[in-house]
Amino acid sequence: MCVALPGRVVSVDGTLATVDFQGNTVRAEAGLVKTKPGDYVLVHAGCILQVLSQEDGDFMTELFAELEELS
Amino acid sequence: MRIEDPKSFLRNYAGPPLRLMEVCGTHTAEISRCGLPSLLPQSIQLISGPGCPVCVTVSAYIDRLIALAHTPDTTVLTFGDLMRVPGPAGSLAGAKAAGGRVEMVYSPLDALQLAQENPRHTYIFAAVGFETTAPVYARLLDRAAQEGLQNLKLLTALKTMPAAIRWLCQNGPGPNGFLAPGHVAVITGARVFRQLAGELGVPFVIAGFTPKGLLSAVAALAALAGQPACENCYPAAVTEEGNPAAQQAVSRWFMPCDSAWRGMGVIPASGLCLRPEHAVFNAGGAQLTEDAALNSACRCAEVLTGRLSPAQCPLFGKACMPLSPQGACMVSTEGSCYHHYINHRNEVPTL
Repeated sequence: MCVALPGRVVSVDGTLATVDFQGNTVRAEAGLVKTKPGDYVLVHAGCILQVLSQEDGDFMTELFAELEELS
Repeated sequence: MRIEDPKSFLRNYAGPPLRLMEVCGTHTAEISRCGLPSLLPQSIQLISGPGCPVCVTVSAYIDRLIALAHTPDTTVLTFGDLMRVPGPAGSLAGAKAAGGRVEMVYSPLDALQLAQENPRHTYIFAAVGFETTAPVYARLLDRAAQEGLQNLKLLTALKTMPAAIRWLCQNGPGPNGFLAPGHVAVITGARVFRQLAGELGVPFVIAGFTPKGLLSAVAALAALAGQPACENCYPAAVTEEGNPAAQQAVSRWFMPCDSAWRGMGVIPASGLCLRPEHAVFNAGGAQLTEDAALNSACRCAEVLTGRLSPAQCPLFGKACMPLSPQGACMVSTEGSCYHHYINHRNEVPTL
């Protein structure tokens, strides 16, 4: 149940954010973190719990690019 | 300690036998899916503990939700995990099929829209979960209060990990180390598990959720060799202090309470219930402690505390299978029995 998925913030509107998960965008509650477009975040049950480090975000970008090449 | 080649380290492990426990349902699922137990030497046993919130929720709570689903002008809102969990009065899926009002939601925030659109209808959210999910419910209540909603309430079965981990170490032979739940630690911070390590005299390693991350965490736990220390193997998301905004949101709405866990009974201060000043949002939950299995031979309680392997339950793979589950551990996709059945977890190591 404690599943949390990493995604990239597309836009922030007050305490709501639009987060992109490999092409799927969802609205997520953003009141528990300070986030901005471009951040990689961890989302659990529609709520952003943590902003991930830049290093981890870069790693994910590379990973997604590799997946894109394979598909 | 960073281990360069955790697979070789574990293959060549020559220390004392270890029983290591994961206490996170998502860890249970990933460990099983990626076949991690088959990479471990026979001297290291990985056991699944009480980390699946659905599995540790007592039957009185399920029965109460079913009763609410049949109450006029009331709808029960829940995550999908809880729908098929059987209790003596059946399951929420059964209640829905029988005409009860039960709706699955993706996020507690979906409940806001429903409550706004139907102000004369009461929505009861099945607030199940651990430290990871509690802040999400807190934000739901923040928004419900801002909107002035009076028709949205929580039936709480929220639990917190430290008291259950203490119980495991103080009742019978505890594990030799714990894989600490990564997403709980995102909220609480590593410090909670560091304190527990010192207090209980066993090692903790905070683990991420990729196969490599989990393998590294198991190796780090074995390398700690029983030292009462805590290592953070999920630094991308877990800090020492956790998420202070989430901790404050939880404190604003909830306070510690005694809570009933399947297999462990009522553990003092192991749960969260709404503060008295927020009674308008409270549908109860804290007093629901009775636990009765659908099938009297079900051994979920012992499986959840690591005292029994799923295969040792007389129902496992016979009367109890994923399509005909007799207990929550076979229903939940994070349940120990489900993964022993689907992924053949913990069969003879193949090194």
